[in-house]
Amino acid sequence: MAVQTADTAPPAAANPVLGPAFKDALIVGLIALGLFGPLIGFETVIIDGALGLAYRPSLLAIMVGIIFFGRLLLNVTLWSPNRKPSTHTGPTLFDRAGTVMGPGVKPALLAFAVLFPAIAIFSLGGLNESRYLIDLGILILTYVMLGWGLNIVVGLAGLLDLGYVAFYAVGAYTYALLATSAPINDFFAGLFGATFWANWAFWICLPMAGIFAGVWGMILGFPVLRLRGDYLAIVTLAFGEIIRLVLINWVDFTNGGAGIASIPRATFFGIPFNAGPDGFAALFGLPFSPMHRIVFLYFVILALALLTAFVTVRLRRLPVGRAWEALREDEIACRSLGINTTTTKLSAFATGAMFGGFAGCFFAVRAGFVSPESFTFDVSAMILAIVVLGGMGSQIGVAVAAAVMMGGMEMLRNLGFLKQIFGNDFDPSLYRMLIFGFAMVAIMVWKPRGLVSTRDPTIFLKERKAVSGDLVKEGHG
Amino acid sequence: MSDTLTATTPALATPARTDAPMLQVRGVKTFYGNIMALRGVDVDVYKGEIVTLIGSNGAGKSTLMMTIFGQPRPREGSILFEGRDITQVPTHEIAHLKIAQSPEGRRIFPRMSVFENLQMGAAVDGFAHFDADLEKVFVLFPRLKERINQRGGTLSGGEQQMLAIGRALMSRPRLLMLDEPSLGLAPLVVRQIFDAIRELNRTEGLTVFLVEQNAFHALKLAHRGYVLVNGAITLSGEGRELLERPEVRAAYLEGGAH
Repeated sequence: MAVQTADTAPPAAANPVLGPAFKDALIVGLIALGLFGPLIGFETVIIDGALGLAYRPSLLAIMVGIIFFGRLLLNVTLWSPNRKPSTHTGPTLFDRAGTVMGPGVKPALLAFAVLFPAIAIFSLGGLNESRYLIDLGILILTYVMLGWGLNIVVGLAGLLDLGYVAFYAVGAYTYALLATSAPINDFFAGLFGATFWANWAFWICLPMAGIFAGVWGMILGFPVLRLRGDYLAIVTLAFGEIIRLVLINWVDFTNGGAGIASIPRATFFGIPFNAGPDGFAALFGLPFSPMHRIVFLYFVILALALLTAFVTVRLRRLPVGRAWEALREDEIACRSLGINTTTTKLSAFATGAMFGGFAGCFFAVRAGFVSPESFTFDVSAMILAIVVLGGMGSQIGVAVAAAVMMGGMEMLRNLGFLKQIFGNDFDPSLYRMLIFGFAMVAIMVWKPRGLVSTRDPTIFLKERKAVSGDLVKEGHG
Repeated sequence: MSDTLTATTPALATPARTDAPMLQVRGVKTFYGNIMALRGVDVDVYKGEIVTLIGSNGAGKSTLMMTIFGQPRPREGSILFEGRDITQVPTHEIAHLKIAQSPEGRRIFPRMSVFENLQMGAAVDGFAHFDADLEKVFVLFPRLKERINQRGGTLSGGEQQMLAIGRALMSRPRLLMLDEPSLGLAPLVVRQIFDAIRELNRTEGLTVFLVEQNAFHALKLAHRGYVLVNGAITLSGEGRELLERPEVRAAYLEGGAH
């Protein structure tokens, strides 16, 4: 037969697969042997008080075997030269799903967030049993809020800020210092009664924490107005460290590394959550439970986070929000269109910092204790990772990323089942950061612009069209 | 320098030459570090004129354009717009004086939609005439209307240039400055854009300062032209007159790019 069907005939230009694949895997296996030989093959042991060597050939063989067969498998499947390269461009499945389900996702997530404490309480059968889950919810929402706050600076205005934790710290210390201040307490005690300041400190300090942090945002903004990209990142990184070091070293003012303890707890708008006759439980006719305060804190941070989202969405529709985005795209073009880039940048820094300050104030009231150890670079890095992984500028992406990152980190604490596989010596918590790192690399490989990379225009003439961010290059300038 | 001119091309608006120039650049010297990029440049643009500045790569055309806009600032000399000295005025305030610019390399906002880009242009005007101006831009460049909700970065080069000019027009400028609008565009698109400039000048009397390498088209379009060589003006005169000058033909037209 002259005509062959495509099914039976091999492709004309088929490359030999198995031979090169085997050779490549062999080379990689040898490299692995060379690397793992000293690292895994030898183990130092103490024999009679002296250092000796033990040999672990079987473990070495297993490791090299995994590398060899893994490489071979990849060579004949994913990396096979005959594999047709993916020619798919345009919105990915994820983007399209986002466009289709987009209108429903936000209300659904919001409803879930509002009902979360109830779900936790009913599914776990009681207030006290649900404490862990609700605490986790508070943690996630704190990071959602921080992510949304940083999103204004990094995602919208395009100013890479590695020192965001500084504003979190300013907010936390604002509350901690004001709420524990004896003169202020005495002043209000004389005016409104002895317990006034303890009961109302949080609600009075919350806006002040935001304002202070916003002012610090502007103070940071001034020297870095002319900087962009890497240089800006380094200066903001330094700023975050300076704040932390000042908190450690200015012992008279901040109590140094020992931190500030017994900060007044949150109250239900002046009604304390205690077992006394004036407490929340007694006034509302409920049996006293310390969980009331936790559930209340959950709703406070939910409200604060939603406020952040709401303000951001509104600002994006205003000229100042669009100016932030234009600034991210092209600073020179902005200036020649009559936008004052100085005030635009400062307003972005200040607004972002303000929400960081709110979150910091909340952190202080929830923990009841602040110390500089809570405001290390790790926190900045985590928030930035949330913003980048979520897709810069995307609200919903940042929320999902915060839930995945913080929730995922917590889940990884519960890897106890792995002990059943690897034996009791295996400590799964050691692998937490490793798995976390792998997950971040994977997301950046497959979704380089973050989980939600579409950016909906804030305003439309006729209809919505989602254009994948992958198709559009980054702005220059 | 021939400085007494009358408009000769009937297709163009007749510029009013009785009063002082709208834009007056006097003895401007601009430096990049120690390198003098502009060596004392004098340029006049009168109301209702199209004035073009031609020159080869590195002559300082874009530098002059950006110097007028205050970035970088000239070390010597003065720039007057409608009688006001704008030499030291911040760039964003210069834009508020109704000088609009379509900068070199277009510099549209790639991740914002066409509509949002045009909105950014109207920021100076306070959105007072937004709808009417938008309609005018769409009449001038119908392609932009088709692409209204598309991101700026997904447009073709010509469409991006149209967007850059449209964005500049949204501010209702009294002086429109265009930096190499023909750069990297197909001849047909270049003609489209030059036609649009001519149309704006004819119907609305818009004053245009055009920086171009495409000397033939630019000089044919313009009332007057300046030739910039190595940071200094070497020739100036009526557009068509310059087009006939042998030194211009030799240097910029290479025996005629007709």
